[in-house]
Amino acid sequence: MSIAISDTHSRRTWWRENQQKLTPYIFLIPGVLFFLVYVIIPIFESFWLSGYDWDGLGAKTWIGLDNYRELFDDEAFYTSLKNNVLWLVLYMLAVPAGLGIAIFLNQKVRGIRAYKSLFFFPFVISQVVVGLIFAWFYAPNFGLFYNLIEWATGSGIAILADPNLVTYGIIAAGLWPQIAYCMILYLTGLNAVDPEQIEAARLDGAKGFRMLWYVILPQLRPATFMAVVVTVIGALRSFDLVSIMTDGGPFGSSRVLSFYMFEQALSEYGYRMGYGAAIAVILFLIMMVFISGFIWKMVDDERKGL
Amino acid sequence: MRLKATVSISALAAIAASTAYAGTVKYYGDFDPAPLAAMQAVIADFEAANPDIKIEFQNFDHEGYKTSIRNFLSADAPDLANWYAGNRMAPFVNAGQFQDISDVWEENGLKEALASALPSMTMDDKQWGIPYTYYQWGIYYNKDVYEQVGVEVPETWDQFIENCAAFKEAGIDCATTGTKALWPGAGIFDYLNLRTNGYEFHMDLANGEVPWTDDRVRATFAEWGKLVEPGYITQNHAALDWQDAAALLVQGQAANYVMGNFAVAVFKQGGMTDDTLGFMPFPTINPDVPRAEEAPTDTVHLTSAAQNPEDAKAFLAYLASPDAQTKINAAMGQLPINKDATVAEDDPFIQAGFELLSSTEGGIAQFFDRDAPPEMAKIGMEGFQQFMVQPDQLDNILERLEKARGRIYK
Repeated sequence: MSIAISDTHSRRTWWRENQQKLTPYIFLIPGVLFFLVYVIIPIFESFWLSGYDWDGLGAKTWIGLDNYRELFDDEAFYTSLKNNVLWLVLYMLAVPAGLGIAIFLNQKVRGIRAYKSLFFFPFVISQVVVGLIFAWFYAPNFGLFYNLIEWATGSGIAILADPNLVTYGIIAAGLWPQIAYCMILYLTGLNAVDPEQIEAARLDGAKGFRMLWYVILPQLRPATFMAVVVTVIGALRSFDLVSIMTDGGPFGSSRVLSFYMFEQALSEYGYRMGYGAAIAVILFLIMMVFISGFIWKMVDDERKGL
Repeated sequence: MRLKATVSISALAAIAASTAYAGTVKYYGDFDPAPLAAMQAVIADFEAANPDIKIEFQNFDHEGYKTSIRNFLSADAPDLANWYAGNRMAPFVNAGQFQDISDVWEENGLKEALASALPSMTMDDKQWGIPYTYYQWGIYYNKDVYEQVGVEVPETWDQFIENCAAFKEAGIDCATTGTKALWPGAGIFDYLNLRTNGYEFHMDLANGEVPWTDDRVRATFAEWGKLVEPGYITQNHAALDWQDAAALLVQGQAANYVMGNFAVAVFKQGGMTDDTLGFMPFPTINPDVPRAEEAPTDTVHLTSAAQNPEDAKAFLAYLASPDAQTKINAAMGQLPINKDATVAEDDPFIQAGFELLSSTEGGIAQFFDRDAPPEMAKIGMEGFQQFMVQPDQLDNILERLEKARGRIYK
């Protein structure tokens, strides 16, 4: 009798004692489940699929590493890779440009809120609309940019028809909303800058660039970190603009890896699931380099108590 | 597993039979509004003649249909589905998702009535669908511009190139195209190759039986070079949609456009009339080659998972009849395949197309992206576009296509 009582008693207290510890895990379960089903498992599935030759309908044939062998001998893959690097490097311009605009807008003038929202506007409109606007802007014969160049130099340049310029044209379109995004991150960051430190620096005679570099930027570190992260990820998943503006053309010169993957695996002329998966794996590995870098930095910062 | 599937299908059929009409045929298609109305009229006629059969038609938009057909054929298949002839139906035939309907062809004498489309509907000596419409390709030209420059409508390729020099002199693009979506360039290649090497060679090339580095392919590109190298083709075509290039023809900035007959509607919307818009067959390059033409064909197929194949076949047979084909093509502004059907007499382009295709002795090609397998089509069309921008890259392009051929056709 007494044993039974102490048993139920102890069971109840076990739950009570561990409630605090268990609750977070219980709350995590749905999130973890979805993350597993929609992110982690598909990653492994991609690795697995990349060893097959499969059209998405018929039978799968195991071909081992043949997809990768073909990929490393595929001109289109190297074009896409080169364009991805271009995107990564040039997209980074959004960070200093966003900072510049944020500092410029960080003042108390009549109607500054209206100006801020105008600068933020490109981030609000959809990427598809941005792509369309820029495609018309560059369009031969009637585009504003084309006509400007024609007026200035005598012969217009159709950016989106020129295999050497097309990627730069698309990146420029992508920078427009990305700069706005970075600007917003810095504007919120600037709100948190300690006015006393600036006062003190001013008393010590700091101004202009030195003030920016030694006093303000260090305080903006979290904003800079976020801006770099979203810009890197934005550059690596640049898909919508390429698809809207050129569809990868002319003759594939504006493809990026994510677009090439889609084209091979899912477009009307593709349905090579295995090959698409192989491209996805390569893209994943490239992203992993950056993602683990970011995670490492975050953990490091936490350890240092920053 | 298979046993279970058959059991469940027959169970479903039993439920369907007990609740709905004895013969309900599910039919999925992708029609534009005018052809849709015509198809609905054809369906109504069929239902009136066969009161015990009901056709349940569901319409999709074109682009969405191309992706969703892959899903619904394996998951929730209708009895009948729209698709295309030639190699475009090959994946579904090979995957066993379309049914052999040779018996419908045999019983209704379709091999004679639909003779012009027989080769493109045949795989492994069996017929896999019913073609109901096609349209001609050729060169559409601006008559005013021809008059302004003072040149004759050419019959041979040499005359065409000579005219180009005169157009260039006048600051007019001799040939326009918009290859942003790639396929318009393939029309030019197809015709140059059909006229240089003939239908048989063109089909062998599309089927991967001839290397792309073959001298005969180079001969085709040499003819093309006569147009590309002096700059007779609209610059920046790689950034233009085909409709943008049509505007150039309408405005008189371009003289000729290798296009399909569906472009006539766009030219006419732009203000051209039968008096200013002309049509000519693609000029002769090699007089020894029998004249072949390009006429993409739209088709309806019986799916393998069809639950009511008998009634579906009855509808297919009706769709192949002269009456049905006349009706639907009058609405689509296209050409019927049944040789006993009639075409609108007041449309000179339809008339010209009907004469052109019914007198073709060489053979009727489907268009590069239907004759060649999809992957080859994509890589090929990119190569054609690149050649029109960078003709000096020809060797690279052909080697790339040859490499793709080695991989794609196994």
